[in-house]
Amino acid sequence: MGNEPRADRFQDRHIGTASVAQLEMLSAVGYEIVGELVLAAVPKSIHVNTLADSSIPAAATEREALAELRLFAGRNTVNQSMIGLGYYDTITPAVIKRNVLENPSWYTSYTPYQPEISQGRLEALINFQTMVEELTGLDIANASMLDEGTAVVEAMLLARRSSKSASNVFLVDADAFPQTKALLANRAAAVGIELHETAYDLDPADVPELDVFGALVQYPGASGRVWDPSAVLAAVKAQGGIAVVAADLLALTLIKSPGELGADVAVGTTQRFGVPMGFGGPHAGYMAVRNGLERQLPGRLVGVSQDAAGHPAYRLSLQVREQHIRREKATSNICTAQVLLSVMASMYAVYHGPGGLKRIANSVHRAAVNSAARLRASQVEVLSDAFFDTIVVRVPGRAAEILAAAHDAGVLYGLVDADTLRLSFDEVVASDAALIDKVLAPLGVEPVAGHEVGNWRPAPSVPAELVRTSDYLTHPVFNTHHSETGMMRYLKYLADKDYALDRGMIPLGSCTMKLNAATEMEPVTWPEFAGLHPFAPESDVLGYLDLIEQLQSWLAEVTGYDEVSLQPNAGSQGELAGLLAIRGYHHSRGDLHRTTCLIPASAHGTNAASAVLAGMKVVVVATNELGNVDLDDLRAKIAEHADELAALMITYPSTHGVYEHEVRDITDAVHAAGGQVYVDGANLNALLGYARFGDFGGDVSHLNLHKTFCIPHGGGGPGVGPVAAKAHLAPFLPGHPLAQRDTIGHRGDAALPEHRNIVSAAPYGSPSILPISWAYVRMMGAEGLKAATGAAVLAANYVAAKLRDHYPVLYSGDNGLVAHECILDLRPLTAATGITVDDVAKRLIDYGFHAPTMSFPVAGTLMVEPTESEDLVEIDRFIAAMIAIKSEADAVAAGRWPAEDNPLVHAPHTAQAVIVGEWEHAYSREDAVYPIKSLIRGKYWPPVRRIDQAYGDRNLVCACPPIEAFA
Amino acid sequence: MSEPTERKYTKEHEWIDVEGDIATVGITAYAADKLGDVVFVDLPTVGSTVAEGRVVGEIESTKSVGELFAPVNGTVLEINDAVVATPELVNSDPFGDGWLIKVTFTELPALLTYAEYSALVGE
Repeated sequence: MGNEPRADRFQDRHIGTASVAQLEMLSAVGYEIVGELVLAAVPKSIHVNTLADSSIPAAATEREALAELRLFAGRNTVNQSMIGLGYYDTITPAVIKRNVLENPSWYTSYTPYQPEISQGRLEALINFQTMVEELTGLDIANASMLDEGTAVVEAMLLARRSSKSASNVFLVDADAFPQTKALLANRAAAVGIELHETAYDLDPADVPELDVFGALVQYPGASGRVWDPSAVLAAVKAQGGIAVVAADLLALTLIKSPGELGADVAVGTTQRFGVPMGFGGPHAGYMAVRNGLERQLPGRLVGVSQDAAGHPAYRLSLQVREQHIRREKATSNICTAQVLLSVMASMYAVYHGPGGLKRIANSVHRAAVNSAARLRASQVEVLSDAFFDTIVVRVPGRAAEILAAAHDAGVLYGLVDADTLRLSFDEVVASDAALIDKVLAPLGVEPVAGHEVGNWRPAPSVPAELVRTSDYLTHPVFNTHHSETGMMRYLKYLADKDYALDRGMIPLGSCTMKLNAATEMEPVTWPEFAGLHPFAPESDVLGYLDLIEQLQSWLAEVTGYDEVSLQPNAGSQGELAGLLAIRGYHHSRGDLHRTTCLIPASAHGTNAASAVLAGMKVVVVATNELGNVDLDDLRAKIAEHADELAALMITYPSTHGVYEHEVRDITDAVHAAGGQVYVDGANLNALLGYARFGDFGGDVSHLNLHKTFCIPHGGGGPGVGPVAAKAHLAPFLPGHPLAQRDTIGHRGDAALPEHRNIVSAAPYGSPSILPISWAYVRMMGAEGLKAATGAAVLAANYVAAKLRDHYPVLYSGDNGLVAHECILDLRPLTAATGITVDDVAKRLIDYGFHAPTMSFPVAGTLMVEPTESEDLVEIDRFIAAMIAIKSEADAVAAGRWPAEDNPLVHAPHTAQAVIVGEWEHAYSREDAVYPIKSLIRGKYWPPVRRIDQAYGDRNLVCACPPIEAFA
Repeated sequence: MSEPTERKYTKEHEWIDVEGDIATVGITAYAADKLGDVVFVDLPTVGSTVAEGRVVGEIESTKSVGELFAPVNGTVLEINDAVVATPELVNSDPFGDGWLIKVTFTELPALLTYAEYSALVGE
């Protein structure tokens, strides 16, 4: 018994199929050992041997990993941050923390592409949109951006698309956040936009000279300044430009909204609405636009439509703006959003309501106003006169010294320059008189211990003409759930409408819906990981930096690269960072003309959209009848574009779920022509431990930690999309002007600005969720990661083997094997029976399943990815459902059920649909809702019937509908 | 307008009905069916100049986007406001009320006949 694994081995919890089950599955596929199967599927030319000197330690147990994470946490110091710049301490209502952030019903769901089983989070997201629309005073808001800095960039790009001006200039507020300015500079350079910075002290005589396609105003400014930008916004618009305002949502409860001031676009972050700072993320950014610009909005937009019974139902609207349809013409490359964090922020508004938000804002404002008065009384020069929550003080020559003394006292000021400090007040400081004393003490202000914080109230410091008088958040949803019981029940009511991993399998091909283990999730809410400001001093974040560097080195090792940056907040941003690195490399060698990016027709749509934003021109390479890159076409395209070839983007294993045999020939051909190879790591789950991108010709890749490395999908975000590269590209990986430490080696002496290729607002992206991936690698060890790959590939091949006789498997590679997913071709079924891929997907809901990926990468097909985490019982339940649905379709073909009246075309069935009125269908009620017996004991009931997609796009409504609509 | 069998066609699945120097342009039933439920139509401004083969508009469905190419060189005389307000006309009556733009032109390029177009789409 000496070789028996220990009882608390995590690998046996993460991988759903025990060895007995795997033997049964192997025999169905025709192999004896998992390793043999994978080695038969992965082309021999790219096999890798296990590294002798792996830096990944032997697997830890869950208990051991948590103990190590406690050590990292112990090396972080949570001081009271007054740094501001878009990140503020906030009180996460415990009812939201426990029932959303720590609740798998919310964090394990997928992007709501199947709206019938996503009504709960779609409602939460439409609450988010309504909140943003009403606070910003604009007409249509999307359901989240990755962070404020990238939201400003997206607003600039939106302005360029929709402005009537022929100008190439975007005007930037000198009082914008520094990280926003760095992002604008990097992203504008890549697409040839010229930036002009201004303090907006425009002489009215100069206004007619203005020639810009858009302008950004930060409101309130980074300095805290509150001013009336309406004349500037009007001048920008008068000459054909788009007026963009980056606004603080909490401030907007007290001061006039961007919409009222004349803005076309408002952007910002919702972090301070109850989402912990987390050393930089994740948080939800936002964007709202006036009517007429909605088709230019990037990202996801929730709208109201109706279901087959005419009841209101939510869905994602205007999806054709997105990359999976428009590819290089998409409005943005952003795909993953920040759904989980949007839900938290929206629930903060639901819980506090308009009155509560205003009270919080008033307390923050009063704390700042009182503090300014106390500082002045202590002979400290306060430069701010009109402000909301942030003041700047002048301490000639002593800023650094006071900053250090404050740090010793547990307080973090913002350093403006050698003479000036910034103090940003927030909900936490404002709630505690002793804390206000503490944060003012380093500036020599005597405590007023024992006095009520609100006793002494100087006049508010907002100009009278900017005081907000308009209503907001008047919808009942923001005025109902204010007791904790009410809030808990509302969250449960919404969660009950949705299908997440806590109900069953989500076999979405290309999405990797694997386990997000509870142990991995635990550290996320520890104060030492959640409570840190992204620009806190290095000595406060040593634990974080060590964890980041260790995770970087592990990710580099498993992918065969030299360096990894964890900054990108989504796969799409990782792609962009990788392509910008390639661009930087070519430029450094004087190859300015290398701008052509070859992309196979089968690629993810984000590839093409990202390439355009990196200033590249997309040339599509054909795929052959096996779904692989057409080598002849590739060689022809390389020859045609040899002089301007920048890169090839290739996904491996391919988006068709196949290990392409010729991948080395492909990467060699690109290198021979002077191009760089970008390997899209979306499907790394099928390769880990068996092959490495860097070994078969990859120069740079992005990984999706929310796929392969267990960060939960959160209903459509957060994501983390690290970019990994060979040493020659390392100098061009993302930097950040406010990074505590450059964690990337091989930077060389390239004379590059420190903010080179910045792609996120925070230096390390979304650090608070990195402990999830760290814990996964730590608890699996190298052997466990390899075992997970084997189990994932086995599961996909088992599904393919079991379903092949019922639905053709479209593509396979060496030895007739698929990788970690398989494409079931429904087109013959549709031709024979009229039953479409939609009908099958919706019918799966009646059987208690989330549909596989529909019509990607091939229209009319379903792509199934079981992942390693599902057990055999669940996989067999899915197979049985698919076979039963096939026989139902056959019954339609045989004429037993009419083509227009059968359980498939009417799927999904709500309880109401089978109860109300006379039953007049050609099939029975039992056929409708209990097609297999096991459903009698436990069944998921969809809350709505099939949703009319066209109705919602033709009648665009993107705010909470009135309660009467549901009557 | 003439019967579909008498109209001209392009490989981009547009039909052209010619009356004097005015070409009325729409998309074919085949194209409308392939696009699916049309939800939005973006048309050029009246009076703008269009060049043969260039994109002048977009037809959006719930799942796809089709580009509208100008089949001739000319000037946009009229756009179908009804189809902008009610995009589903493209699906319900592609050869009639679902027309998109009228263009004045001086010279007609080589276009497909009904028979040639039918052969192209295999119908």
